[in-house]
Parts: sequence; C-alpha cells; structure tokens
Amino acid sequence: MSHVNSSVGGVLEPILDRYARNPHHLMQILRETQERLDFIPEWAVDYLAEALALARVHIQAVIDFYAFFYDSPRGKYRVLFSDNVTDRMQGNTALLSRMLSKFALDQGQVSSDGLVSIDTTSCTGMCDQGPALLVNNYPVTQLSSQRIDQICELIKAQTPLVEWPSEFFNVEDNILRRDVLLSTEMASSQALKRAIELGREGMLAEMKASEFRGRGGAGFTTAVKWEACKNAPGETRYVVCNADEGEPGTFKDRVLLASFAERVFEGMTIAGYVIGASKGLVYLRAEYRFMLEKLHAICDARRKANLLGKDILGQKGFDFDIEIHMGAGAYVCGEETALIESLEGKPGRPRIRPPFPATHGYLGQPTVVNNVETMAQTTLIAQNGGAWYHGMGTNLSTGTKLLSIAGDCDRPGIYEYTFGVRIDKILEDCGARNAMAVQVGGASGTCLARHEFGRKIAFEDVPTSGAFMIFGNNRDMFEVARNFMHFFKHESCGFCTPCRVGTTLMSDILDKIASGKGTHYEMNELSRVHQLLRTTSHCGLGQSAGRPVYDTLQKFRPSYDRRLKHKDFEPAFDLDDALASAREIMERDDVSAHLGTES
Amino acid sequence: MLSLQEPPERKLRVATVSLSGCFGCHMSFLDMDENLLDLFELVEFDRSPLTDIKHCGPCDIGLIEGGVCNSENVHVLREFRNNCRTLIALGACAVNGGLPALRNGLDVREVLREAYFEQLGVVSNTIPNDVELPLLLDKVHPINEVVFVDYFIPGCPPSGDAIFKFLTDLVAGRTPRLDYPQMRFD
Amino acid sequence: MENTFIIDGMPIPFEPGQNVLQAALAAGIFIPHLCFYPGLKPNGNCKLCTVIINGRHVSACTTLANSGIEVANNTPELNNKRRLMLQMLFVSGNHFCPGCEKSGNCQLQALAYDLEMMTPHFNHFFPKRTIDASHPEAFLDMNRCITCGLCVQASGEVDKKNIFALSGRGMASHVVINTPSGKLGDSDFAMSDKAARVCPVGAILPKRRGYAIPIGERRYDELPISSQTEFLTTRET
Repeated sequence: MSHVNSSVGGVLEPILDRYARNPHHLMQILRETQERLDFIPEWAVDYLAEALALARVHIQAVIDFYAFFYDSPRGKYRVLFSDNVTDRMQGNTALLSRMLSKFALDQGQVSSDGLVSIDTTSCTGMCDQGPALLVNNYPVTQLSSQRIDQICELIKAQTPLVEWPSEFFNVEDNILRRDVLLSTEMASSQALKRAIELGREGMLAEMKASEFRGRGGAGFTTAVKWEACKNAPGETRYVVCNADEGEPGTFKDRVLLASFAERVFEGMTIAGYVIGASKGLVYLRAEYRFMLEKLHAICDARRKANLLGKDILGQKGFDFDIEIHMGAGAYVCGEETALIESLEGKPGRPRIRPPFPATHGYLGQPTVVNNVETMAQTTLIAQNGGAWYHGMGTNLSTGTKLLSIAGDCDRPGIYEYTFGVRIDKILEDCGARNAMAVQVGGASGTCLARHEFGRKIAFEDVPTSGAFMIFGNNRDMFEVARNFMHFFKHESCGFCTPCRVGTTLMSDILDKIASGKGTHYEMNELSRVHQLLRTTSHCGLGQSAGRPVYDTLQKFRPSYDRRLKHKDFEPAFDLDDALASAREIMERDDVSAHLGTES
Repeated sequence: MLSLQEPPERKLRVATVSLSGCFGCHMSFLDMDENLLDLFELVEFDRSPLTDIKHCGPCDIGLIEGGVCNSENVHVLREFRNNCRTLIALGACAVNGGLPALRNGLDVREVLREAYFEQLGVVSNTIPNDVELPLLLDKVHPINEVVFVDYFIPGCPPSGDAIFKFLTDLVAGRTPRLDYPQMRFD
Repeated sequence: MENTFIIDGMPIPFEPGQNVLQAALAAGIFIPHLCFYPGLKPNGNCKLCTVIINGRHVSACTTLANSGIEVANNTPELNNKRRLMLQMLFVSGNHFCPGCEKSGNCQLQALAYDLEMMTPHFNHFFPKRTIDASHPEAFLDMNRCITCGLCVQASGEVDKKNIFALSGRGMASHVVINTPSGKLGDSDFAMSDKAARVCPVGAILPKRRGYAIPIGERRYDELPISSQTEFLTTRET
C-alpha cells in the first residue's frame, strides 16, 4: 500500500496546516488523516500529539470514542450496513449475509488481504430509500441482491469509489408534502435583509411573537434561548447548528441540507446577527459526509455575495462566518453539550447542566445550539413576521414540522405539516393501510398503537424530532424494541453508571427472551431497570433508552408473552454449550458429558 | 406472647451442600458453637456433610455453599432447587462465583493445561477424562445464574453469627437481616 | 432562613458555592457517593448521590445548595435505586472482595454493606480486564475499576501530571495511561501522588503491602460509612 512509503509529514502537514494546528479541530484532522490512510496508525497519533501539543492519550481517547475512527486497519473498502429497524424491514440482514459469504468473512472481520471489512452501523438516515450501506463513509442506497453482487465485483476489482456507477450513490429528497417551509421561495439574502431591517431587537421580537419552539425534539422556545445567549456575559458568542441527525428513522435534516442549505445558513446568520456572534459552526454527522463539498461550495458562494464574512450586506461590524465540522459516528453527540465537547475536539460526553450552553457553551462562551430545521424555519419568520408564523399550528406548537416517514407505507419520504395534524391523517397521506404501530420521534420517542392514532403531532401531545416509523400488522414489536435497545447499548457514552450498565442489562434480557429462555422474571427486571434509567441517567440518551421497551410492553405485550417459558426461572446461557470446550479437550461425548434443560 | 417463642410444631428440614467452594462456609456453620444447640431445637438435617445423606429429599430450606463450576454442580443444584422450598446462597462463591470465578478470564483449556501439565511438581501428562468425572463449565457461575435463589448470605465465609441470625429470622418469619458487623463480603 | 435548605425534613446550613452533597456531609447527613472526593471538581458520573429536588432526580454533588430547596435523600425508593446501581457496578466488573487488599477500606463495598446489598443480583459480565504491574511501587487492577474518573482528575487537577485518562465508550469505557507503552511504569507516577490515594475501590494499590490492617480494625469493619460523614468531608485519616 502506498501510504507506507509516504513520509509522515508529507501526509499530515497539509492537513495540520489546513486546520491551523488548532487542537480544537482534532476531529477534522483525524477524519482527513483517516481519509488519506484508511485508518489512524500509531505514528500518526504520535505526530499529531507533538504537532498539536496534545497528550497522546487524549488523541487515543478520541479515536476510541467514535465508531468511525479506526486505530487498526479496517480494509481498503470499509462497508457498514445501516441497521435501523427500517433497514431490517427492507431486508438488510439477508443482503449483509450475502456480502459476507461472497468474501467468506465474518461480520466485523477484515479480509486477510486487507481489502475489505463488513459490519453494521446505526441508522444512516436513508430510511426512505433503504436498505442502505456506507462504503468508506459514502452512502449507497436502495440495495438489492443485484446491487450487492455488483458492489462485491467492484471491490474485488479494487475499483476506486469515483468510478462506481453514480446511481449507486443517488440520494433522493423524496419530498412528498410541502407546506410553507418547503414551498416558499426565498432568494439568497432575502430573509437576512429583512432581519437587518428589523434590527437585532426587532428580529428577536419577531421570534418571540412567533413563539417558535426548537425542532430538535425538546421544544425549547428558541427566542428564550437566543435572548439568554445574547445577554450572557462573554468575550465572544457562537451559533451552532446541530446537524447530527442520529435519531433512528430521522432524515429530514439531510433533505434540508441537500436542497435548502441556503435557508439553513441564512438562519444561522440571522441567529448570529441577533445574539452578536461572529462565528457559526455546523456539526454534520459523519453519515452525511457526502454533502460536505457541496455545503462548502454554498458557503463560498455566500462569502462572495457578502452574505458571510466581514461587514455582511454592508452592515459595519456585522461579521459572521460558518465552519462545518464533521462528527465521527456517535449518536450521543446529538445532545447539545456532548456536541460542543465534540466540536472542541474531545470525546462526546454530555456535560453537567447547568450551566447551559446559552451561557457556557463552545469554549466556555455563550452559545446558541439549534437544530437544522430550526435554523431553516427562522428564515420564514424573518421573511413573513412572527405574527404570521404564529397563525399556523396549535397554540402551544406554532408553525410547521417536517416528518421523516418510513416503514410500512406506499410513499415514504418527507412530509411537512402544520402542528396539530392527526396521526391517522398522516398514515392516510403516505399510504399506510395496515399500520399496527407508529414510532414517533425515533428510538427515544413514543410508540403509538392503533387506538392512539387520533392523537396529534404537537409538543403538547406527541412531540417529535421528526421520525415517523410505521409498522404494519405483520411486524413483531418485540423485535422492534430489541433493535432499538441494541442501538442504545451501542451508543451509550459510558459516563454514568445507570446508562453504561443498564443499556447492556436490558439488551441482554431482551436477547435472553429472544432466545426462548425468558420467563416472567425477566419481565419484572425490564421494568425495574427502565425505571432506574429513566430517572437517574445523566442525559436524555439513558433517560429514554428503556422507553421503546416500556411502550411495547404496555401496548404489545403478547409479542413478549408468546416467547416466555411458563416457569419461574431459566438460565440466560445454555448449560450444555458451556460444557462444549471441556468435552472437546477431554474427548468425551457420553451421556454424562451433556446437560439437558430441565422440564 | 409466650406461645410465639415456642419452637414450631415440627422442626424445619434443612439440607446443605458445598458445590465449587472450600467448605469454609460449612466450617463457619459449625463455628456457631453453642448457638448450634438452639438451632437444632428448630431444625433437622437432610442431605448435608453433617449427615452423609446422599440425596436431598423434600426440605424447607436448602443452603448452598460454592459456585457452579461443573456439570455435577448443576445436577446437585437442580436437585436442591427441586426439593427445597427456600433456597439460600451461602457465602461469596454461591453469591458471586467467588475466588474460583477468577478463572473466568481464562479459557478452560488453559486452566486444565496449567493444572495438569505446568504446575510445579505435577508429573502426569494427561488430563483425566474418566466418565465418572464431571466436566468443567466454561465459566464459574453464581448459583442464581443457574436456578432461582430466594436469599443470599454474603461473606467469605459468613460468620457463624451471621448464619445463625439469618436462619433464626427466617424460621421466625421475619425478613432476614444481618446486623452491620455481620455484613461482610470477605 | 438564609443559607439553609431541607434534607428529609432537617434544616441544613450551607456556605454559598457548596453543593448539596458537601453541605449534607458537613452537617453530618450522609448521602451515598463514589465519584465525589473533597477538593476535586464534582463530575457526577456514579449517580449514587441521586436525590430528589422539586420532583426531579438530580446528583447531589453537581447541584448547588440553595436556600429553601427541599431534598429527599434517605428514602426507600432512592435507596432501592442506589442498591440497583451498586449491583450494576458489581456485575459489570470483577469484584472479588476476599482477594482484594482494599477490602474493609473500600467505598464500593462499604456502600453495599450500608445499603444491605445481599447479592449482585444480575448476571455477571465477567469482563476481561488488564492488570498492570509495571510500576515499582503500585499496581493497577482494572478488574475493579468503576471508571469514576477520580484518578484522572487528581492526576490532572492536583498532581499536574495527567497520567490517567478515560477512553472508549459505553461498557468499553476504561482508564488508560498517558505513556507511549500505555504502562504505568513508564510514567512519573508516585505513591505520594494524590491520584494514588483517591481510588474508591482497589484498582490502584501499593505493592508489597498485603492485608496490613487486621480484620476488625479496617475503616468500615465496625462503623458503617453512613456514620463517618466527618471522615468523608476531609478524607484525612
């Protein structure tokens, strides 16, 4: 391989220069290093530690924390199958097996020639066009047996990704219902100009009048956040756009960034104008790497048009620019303080709150963190005014919401509705005829059964960050919950005791039930551990990790019960299997060398 | 009040056994000294090293010392669970695998090789494989990972006082609790 | 009253800037905890000190004391949750007390005694962990580590050596050593470091000392940890 011969500095120096040897850019430096070398070798860690004046162990800890950084070779082609429940429903398991057998590999194994490794990863945000996979962090959608076979041939021939058929990498927007956000025209700068006309206080007043609530899921009033940040003492202020769309089943931010990035950047600029920030940071999830160059180009164009940079639109002293930071595979970084830690070049462990980012955020300075959709919607409020915006939706949830609809329906994709829309109306629109359950808000959201389809999408009823996964009559809700629980176990940052251990305990219990060894004993255990996680975990990840299990236990109990043994207790492990090594060593296979299960 | 302090109508039947343990918990049981006499007013023994009865019959209480390290341990533990209304894990090994579970980080093959080939003074060159010998499980397990267990008395070993306190609470129908100095993991 | 708040109905005085745990300990009220150590910045990861304030579960060590707040602490509900967390810590590591020098002086064990944890209850993970005996004075037994991060903090905040760091994520989180070899022996760690004295379990222990204090005289042999708030406030023996 060529990189063995390339000189150490030859590879790393240009990358270090690009990021001005700033240790806060460690994540970006590591990503680019890996893009050059396929993994991050020890010599690179040593070199970067020296160049960035960081403890070696710090760099190691960052590599260790993020799923997409590798400290050992993972193959020239690193294939990761998206493993959300929607990918499962679309048949990813069979496709994964097919590919593994083509290369005679086990999952997670690297081929002996160092060519390829194949594994699974958390939801890649392609639920409306799955099953999907990532190859060297670039998405391939609409997988079929045929497409898998073609990919295997391309890998065997060592064809560079740029020479793969371009349709493999097609990512469709699939916008199927437009309301104001997706249908209103906006010339670049139109919203920003209006905001400047209104002035900082005026724009903030419009935000207040709109009673707009953040679209990341928690629904905090955006104007309150902005005002707190604006008034917080600090040397400098930051606007952070949370584009770490990791919630399984969500992909609306992907579409906004693909086709409405102008609005997103303009919204950030307006936020910067209001709070007095000169820098905006986009935290883009690693799975959306394919958009990076395009987003950079849009920023460049905005700089040329004086919509970013110094004295924006001729306003003396209105300086604002945007940097795009990539994540590296960690769902927890969607939590705003973990995201800030990651932006600072550290493992993404959520901070203790308070203090909140509005007063102590990026580099300890006042920081506004808003979701991609929040930033985009802000431009509508600037264009048309807070009162106009307030006229849409419900009293407590104004405006419109993008939903990422996937699962058992005829027309998966992006749907924009005003808040207050009923679940059954949505199901009708997307062609879901036999829905038995809907998971609203992703793995950490709410599981609704048919009798609840009259409920409404709104912060005061069914809140959501945007995910809307539909499960038809034939689906097994136990397996849905088990998929989500494995996701949380994989994504727990490990900081606090209840989440670190509890997500593993709950996953193990569900696996035990799945293997036919569950009893009513396990059902009680699930509830007990969930209650602990819900109340004592450090952040939202742990607090909601047990939720899919709890919801499905309430609403789809038979999917658990039919797996249970009608006895008091059953071991989690197979006793006879536990004797296998000893049988082999002692060359025994007589009756007494086996243990049956008890009746 | 007086009637409450009288012994139960019949003595409770107790069985005890040591699985993968060192008999230290049984020694500790004997360490109850004069309390043993009070205890014998309340209980009688079924299968136990104290009686040499080979198989456990229907019992009120089963006391299990030691973790589960081989197939024979599993059979005996099941026999106890099937026959004892209340099953108690007695001591660290039954409660969490104890020191025998230190082998759980190692492969069974390594363990046997070390014991039968590498140990200083060992002259054999085979691993015994008579059909009479129970096979090792790949890991040593606390007994509650193999059967349902009602109560746990920690300690390595639990003191005679702790065992006495626990059993007399149980016999009297009180939720068993150890006094602070009796609560030991070592 | 100014600078007073309530724990389980008892008025507790506090000095501004103190957190709920510090104020409680200073007033002789025990709140279970593992990852808090006097003089080090509270980091709130063990969650043993979870209390209820205004209906919300919060960590006492990361919540500032405030006049008038009402704290629920020593309740059956909270103690059940704390016991559950102790069980989680026991099954997720390899904690074999009879073979550990720290036994009798171990905070994890002392809390388990105090909260009457009779069994670790859950299936044991029996994780494979490392032992590092490369240092002349100390050894590290990661089987017992609960990733509380106190050694990381003490080494950084007090010793200014930054010898320890937390790496990995989820159940794979673990302490690593800041040397190219990853070995403690290649660092400038010394037994006189603060980091050598803060470990609540037996993960960092001095070499060549075995069971020096007779059973019965160790810190938690006779007196429960909940009766030793004065010691916990200062940590000076």
